[in-house]
Amino acid sequence: MAVPAVRMTGISKSFFGNRVLEDVSFELRGGEVHALIGGNGAGKSTLMKILQGVYTPDEGEIEVNGSDVEIRSPQDARALGIGMIFQEFSLIPTLTVAQNIFLGHEPRGVGGLIDDRESARRARAILTEMGEAIDPGVNVADLSTGYWQLTEIAKALSEDARVLIMDEPTSSLTAAESTALFALIRRLQERGISIIYISHRMEEIFQITDRISVLRDGRHILTDETAHLAMGQVIDAIVGKTMEQAFVWQERQVDRTAAPLLEVRHLSAGGRLHDISFTLYPGEILGVAGLMGSGRTEMARAIFGIDPLERGELFVHGQRVAIRSPRDAIAAGISLVPEDRRSQGLVLDHSVRENIVLPMLRRLAQGGLIDDRRGDEVAASLVANLSVKTPSLDTVARLLSGGNQQKVVIGKWLAMEPEVLIMDEPTAGVDIQAKTEILGLIRQLADSGKGVIVISSEPAELLAVSDRLLLLRDGRLVREMDRKAITTEEELHHAIQRA
Amino acid sequence: MLSSAREESLASRVDWRRYMVYIGFLALFLFFAIVLRDAGFTNPNNLLNIVRQTAIIATMAVAMTFVIAAGQIDLSVGAIAGLSSVTAALTISRFGLIPGVVVGLATGLLVGAVNGFLVTRLVIPSFLVTLGMMGVARGSAMWVTDTAPVPILNQTYNAIFGSGNVGPIPSLLIWIALVTAIGYVVLQKTPYGRQVLATGGNERAARFSGVDTRRIGFLVLTVSGAVAALAGMLYAGRLQSGRFQWGDGDELSVIAAVVLGGTSLFGGSGSVIGSVLGALLIGVVNNGLILMGLESSQQIIIRGAIIVVAVALARRN
Repeated sequence: MAVPAVRMTGISKSFFGNRVLEDVSFELRGGEVHALIGGNGAGKSTLMKILQGVYTPDEGEIEVNGSDVEIRSPQDARALGIGMIFQEFSLIPTLTVAQNIFLGHEPRGVGGLIDDRESARRARAILTEMGEAIDPGVNVADLSTGYWQLTEIAKALSEDARVLIMDEPTSSLTAAESTALFALIRRLQERGISIIYISHRMEEIFQITDRISVLRDGRHILTDETAHLAMGQVIDAIVGKTMEQAFVWQERQVDRTAAPLLEVRHLSAGGRLHDISFTLYPGEILGVAGLMGSGRTEMARAIFGIDPLERGELFVHGQRVAIRSPRDAIAAGISLVPEDRRSQGLVLDHSVRENIVLPMLRRLAQGGLIDDRRGDEVAASLVANLSVKTPSLDTVARLLSGGNQQKVVIGKWLAMEPEVLIMDEPTAGVDIQAKTEILGLIRQLADSGKGVIVISSEPAELLAVSDRLLLLRDGRLVREMDRKAITTEEELHHAIQRA
Repeated sequence: MLSSAREESLASRVDWRRYMVYIGFLALFLFFAIVLRDAGFTNPNNLLNIVRQTAIIATMAVAMTFVIAAGQIDLSVGAIAGLSSVTAALTISRFGLIPGVVVGLATGLLVGAVNGFLVTRLVIPSFLVTLGMMGVARGSAMWVTDTAPVPILNQTYNAIFGSGNVGPIPSLLIWIALVTAIGYVVLQKTPYGRQVLATGGNERAARFSGVDTRRIGFLVLTVSGAVAALAGMLYAGRLQSGRFQWGDGDELSVIAAVVLGGTSLFGGSGSVIGSVLGALLIGVVNNGLILMGLESSQQIIIRGAIIVVAVALARRN
């Protein structure tokens, strides 16, 4: 039996007593494409960060090509031939393809100066070997994103990577680019390079991988040959049989004969959203499902006025509203809890109080001056109602845990008493207790007659709160489903995969 | 993920550094008071002199606090001061006091608005826009005056802007008190001030929260131009003339004062009182070094070193 390219045995890892990996084993054979899958928080990314030397495991051993190794830093990982193809590209757009490929390990010529000709030559050799016709002298900024990824791969190969980790590699690619990527993966495989393929897209997993491993809640659930598995089995493994209590659906009554709260008609934006129309009723929770890159986030951004509309109309309470900026959206009663709380939701170095009152500063002003007492009251009551765990209102947001940060972001919008609250991945990266509380909040808000749009990549979460579901694919609304019509989480998984 | 203990200590350290300017001011003041007790450092006249010399820098530092807190920079303040002193002086000699004041202030307002427009609409970094504007403004002032000083004979003007006293209090002191008070209230107590801080703290999050971040960027630069014009007019009143050289190089002292005062160069935090104290600290150092009998070359070296050390101690993380 051949020596595996990577073998991780009995890996455990905790953060502050919170076990995120428990005795996980993972083996990657030479020249195989191995899917690593699981829901958010399953432990995939922690396991891969251990392999890349970003984290060190509390327990467990790692072997690379049959010898025990300790990977203490990303440099160690690279030296062992483990390369990461980043989801958020790590290229420098202003440099050429060749310069990017050899960044930090440039070929040197006379007197230690960088030999640009040699690096162009070697870059061309690597790209040719990959079967890709990219001019190494072109600036990365001038290439389409599909080629960025190829440049990333070439960069890893230039460092003699034998193992490539690809995290959702097709999420920003067009169908044609994806096909090209799969062909490249095949060619790499023939050269004996092993690939760990992280994805949520079952279709491509079944198309491209040799084996599948599933993690759930930090444990290893299953590893088998792809050919021996059916999609249903894999989804079962991802979902598990024990559903959290918070995730139990509570059926709610929504009066869809009432006047609509929000109507979206023929919305198109940014070339990535095409002709989306839907209606949201008072007291309704509308779930938005779809794979990464399906247009979920783009839809939220367009409605909230971040990205300009190309076409389409919005109506709130039957009144047409023109939204050109978040300010317009807020004035129309629409708020957004954005996807990335750290970069979009919070001013991290400002206090909890400042963050909560930021959208309502004008409302707090009397005679031009802010009524700080009222601001304190608003912030204090929200912190109490949402049970945000913070030492004080003056604590800077950066110091709170993810779940509590998220509650602050939600709190600042609740303070504005919006008619429509859009939440993009409201529970991403928060612990299970905060998740439960956030889902409870969503229901409470809808019970008070507001409309809530919940965007999530977790089917379990969507099924727990939604009254109705919209399915997006490639920027189009492809299906609308009543929650009552869906009996199992597997059904929704299948629907998303084949939407 | 960072350990909470480490975050805690980080938090308390940041807190301590916020008061660096007060500690530094006190320490240097005491140092000079002791070392120079026979040279008249603590003499009320000398102290008043320090205030008078720093008042103009302090005025511009108040407006610069908003600029830097919003994540921008304005390198053109010194040149705007020079240009406004010239336009004010020229207008006074022809049309009298009120038109002169209006034209002087309008000059700065206009230049600031052009800065703001270029930065927020054409999305050119403020560093470059105001660096270019520094040359444009200074050159214009030289051009319209043929590099000659323009005397101001209107004694009312000179009394109001810089040379006069209200009772025992120099008018410069009243100006700086007024500007500081307005700046403090606007930054701490108005929606505009908080939006400035939010824009500098995280431009994207501010925009996602409904803040018109382009408007904020435009306004901080426009106001900075107008306040620089006021500073130029204070120079003109104190020196009873308008001249292109007034304010030359002040941008560096102003920025140093603001950063010494605890405003982060990365934006998001700002203290008007700190900036004024920062300006005073620079003034105390200048004055002390002169009284110690150092040569001007030595003064410049020590002043530079003190600023670097103080900023290093006061900076975040």
